[in-house]
Amino acid sequence: MSSPLVETPLFHLGPVPIAGSVLTSFAITAVLGASSYFLTRRLALKPSTTQAAVELVVSVVDDQVRDVLRRDPAPYTPLVGTLFIYLIVANSIEVVPMLHSPTARLETTMALALIVFFSVYFYGIRANGLRGYLRHFIEPSPLIAPIHILSEATRTFALMMRLLGNIMSHGLVLAIVVSLAGLLVPIPVMAFGLFVGLVQAYIFAILATVYVGAAVETEPPTSKEVRT
Amino acid sequence: MTVQAWSILGAVVAVCFGAIGPAFAEGRAIASAMEAIARQPEAGGTISRTLFVGLAMIEAIAIYCLVIALVLLFANPFAH
Repeated sequence: MSSPLVETPLFHLGPVPIAGSVLTSFAITAVLGASSYFLTRRLALKPSTTQAAVELVVSVVDDQVRDVLRRDPAPYTPLVGTLFIYLIVANSIEVVPMLHSPTARLETTMALALIVFFSVYFYGIRANGLRGYLRHFIEPSPLIAPIHILSEATRTFALMMRLLGNIMSHGLVLAIVVSLAGLLVPIPVMAFGLFVGLVQAYIFAILATVYVGAAVETEPPTSKEVRT
Repeated sequence: MTVQAWSILGAVVAVCFGAIGPAFAEGRAIASAMEAIARQPEAGGTISRTLFVGLAMIEAIAIYCLVIALVLLFANPFAH
């Protein structure tokens, strides 16, 4: 059995090895980007059916972000929505024959977790200024600073490993079931895999929102607006 | 026993015992969330979102055990 942690390169582009998951990932990005571009041409005040469907997706993401952050979702929806839609497609592409989820590979999930890690700094510094954002590391006491830094590193690692573990282990379980019991038994397992993929995409997007939200509001919430 | 055999045993033990704690914890969390939703159905959205985030945090512990098992099986630093 080949290791799920190692990716064999398909071919080399100059000095850069290109693997299958990278190609899949680029293809998903290209298709999603092109369809987003063409779906948002000629927007009308009285929406067509397609435009109404796209608006529904955007407003659902908007509502979720607004519920979590309790502020205007406009700056955060692009990040969260892109992660959510990309992850849904990337996790579900396993059902297409000959294609494998890029999120079942360490590199893709690491890249996504690093995107979240740097966006936390980006949004935090933009909302509070550099000094204001760095001050939250030494609150309530400078002794806490190592724990703050450690928690930022481990939560990024956990974000990476959660997505990888769920998607990859589902692939392993599916391989075992297929090798044990022919045709009909794996199909419910595959259907469950679609559900797992959706839930993991939702959790990844919500956790990204929560992390960004924690960086944006550094002052402790007053008793009126304690998060429920 | 060889290093490989010990590694397989270690992977089995890691996943076995690492799954017990998170399983109980997730059960408790879901049971409490069900009770809360039954008592206050109008707060269902907030409760289930918080539940999902909490479940993800609990699940991370089981995932760490899986990672240790995979490292032992496929990226063992002591087996050559």
